Amino acid sequence: MSLLKYESQLREPLIDGVKNYHQVTEDIIGPVETKPTKLWWIGLSIAILLLLFGVYSVYREVVYGIGQWNINRTVGWGWDITNFVWWIGIGHAGTLISAILLLFGQKWRTGVNRAAEAMTIFAVMCAGQFPIFHMGRVWMGFFVLPYPNSRGPVWPNFNSALLWDVFAVSTYFTVSLLFWYTGLLPDLATVRDRAKTKFRKMFYGLASFGWTGSTKHWQRQESLALVLAGLATPLVLSVHTIVSFDFATSVIPGWHTTIFPPYFVAGAVFSGFAMVQSLLIITRKVLHLEDYITIGHIEAMNKVIVLTGSIVGCAYLSELFVAWYSMNTYEWWAFRENRVNIFSPYGWAYYGMIFCNVVSPQLFWSRKLRRNPLFTFFMAVLVNVGMWFERFVIIVTSIYRDYLPSSWTTYYSPSIWEIGFYLGTFGLFFILYFLFAKYFPVIAAAEIKAILKTSGENYKDKMSDLEEMDTNKFYTQEMEHAH
Amino acid sequence: MIKKFVVGSFEEERDLFAAVKNVRRAGYKIHDVYTPFPIHGLDKAIGLRETSLHTMGFIYGITGTTIAIGGMGWIFTTDWPLNIGGKPHFPLPAFIPIAFELTVLLSAVGMVWTFCWLCKMMPGVKKHHFSLRSTDDLMTMVIECTPNSNAAEIETFLTENRAIEVNTQEAEEGWWFGRYDKEQKLYRAEEVGVGD
Repeated sequence: MSLLKYESQLREPLIDGVKNYHQVTEDIIGPVETKPTKLWWIGLSIAILLLLFGVYSVYREVVYGIGQWNINRTVGWGWDITNFVWWIGIGHAGTLISAILLLFGQKWRTGVNRAAEAMTIFAVMCAGQFPIFHMGRVWMGFFVLPYPNSRGPVWPNFNSALLWDVFAVSTYFTVSLLFWYTGLLPDLATVRDRAKTKFRKMFYGLASFGWTGSTKHWQRQESLALVLAGLATPLVLSVHTIVSFDFATSVIPGWHTTIFPPYFVAGAVFSGFAMVQSLLIITRKVLHLEDYITIGHIEAMNKVIVLTGSIVGCAYLSELFVAWYSMNTYEWWAFRENRVNIFSPYGWAYYGMIFCNVVSPQLFWSRKLRRNPLFTFFMAVLVNVGMWFERFVIIVTSIYRDYLPSSWTTYYSPSIWEIGFYLGTFGLFFILYFLFAKYFPVIAAAEIKAILKTSGENYKDKMSDLEEMDTNKFYTQEMEHAH
Repeated sequence: MIKKFVVGSFEEERDLFAAVKNVRRAGYKIHDVYTPFPIHGLDKAIGLRETSLHTMGFIYGITGTTIAIGGMGWIFTTDWPLNIGGKPHFPLPAFIPIAFELTVLLSAVGMVWTFCWLCKMMPGVKKHHFSLRSTDDLMTMVIECTPNSNAAEIETFLTENRAIEVNTQEAEEGWWFGRYDKEQKLYRAEEVGVGD
């Protein structure tokens, strides 16, 4: 092993411009130390208004009951679970970037992991609201937890995929939060040590847990990050797998398929990366972080988008094929009449999904388009719309016409309070993201410093001698000491 | 405990590694090296042993698996056996998701807790910072003085080894409960509860 990990001279640098360690600190910590701009206040205000609308919608649902939503028909899951699955899918990119790419040694993750993880945590918080309020009697929500109680005791059904979801989502949230925050500690310490005002010193002093940068602490922190990444990798796959079990373990035509777990996971990664793109393209512009979130980063994420988009496309096709091949009348009907038939009531949703998720991302095969931030932003929004359609198609088209034609429902469209709840979670998400982007370092500065000399533009060509030096040789010959 | 330390800050990893080697060869005791980012190999160079945090992670993890399988098994077979659609009372495949999630949860929470415990980190904890720039761009080596040490001599030695900032500080080596907006000063062990 070489002293510094060798990185090809042919690869484009991950950090542009002439930088030293202090410059990295200035660039990344600097925006945290300025006063919020007018634009920030406007954005935050809009988000707060959305949240207030959401809170009022939820208030109506809690007080007047679930009849406030247009789901008094066979479409019992409606927008609510659609939005749950959509948000939880978005929450998959963060851990994928930080955990799986860490295990694979992909250094480009350092530029985007912090913001992606934050986005993950906020998205999971939004996702969690939907099943909780879908319970109707939300004050009984704690009944899902297995604890000794005076009602028997009555335990939850551990065979149920819905209960697995409770465990999966809460574990995912906790582990993502811990992973994100332990990575934040060194950077918060940097903010603390640069702070000028009394309040900032106190706030970041508390938030950084007294981090000093001791070698032993770094050693433990790296070990912790590696093990957490190892744990989070199967975890991130398990969460959307279990979400897909909510559908796949039922006997509803269109849901009862074994392809669901991988198909859902690919879709989750697909939509998550799209959300990361749409947030980071704005963030890098506003905070002037183009040197750290480079076009190369955007291109790398676009490659993941085109890959996962194509996987999702294959899943759509194989699902369709198997529905026909199974010779199951109900299954084939659900696909042929409720989805593929463009003149059926929800045909528009199916073709909207196909267009946004399968057809349009194929444009990313073009290198020029992959490296165009504006086009990427547009595409990212399109993908997120498409992935929302996907969940809508899965939920609504499978249950608005079931086995018994006499119970076929009339056309389902959401009530204003269902829409309000969804908008409210957007408010929550963006409030949290705005606060994060303003008061926390959006890029992992310490990790950038650690790769600066191997991947920074102004260092790449000067590092060849260190790269060639062998670690063991360096220890034995150059640093021999008596221990 | 309050001790006397000689502090030298370095700009380049190469200088730091060479200085670590020379300092250890000269027989000085390195208290710690504070760096703004993880430097691979530095732990080995200053003679730290490998951390066993991951072993703790494994122990917490199997505890989680045991609690999950044991708990669900006890509930479904002993405490309140319930006939759920004629399914078995101990359906191991159906227990896998929750067992896996609890394994991960306990392992992660336990490891982070242990990490904070070992590093003595939590909100409200304060430690002496030898150089404020050690979280920015300098690598700060701290050498502990013994009663026989000549601080001036160590300072010169560090300067010769390309340290760009050198000074001598008397400082509390442990941690205490404190706030970072207050002036950083030495705390006497008898005045506040000082751990080590």
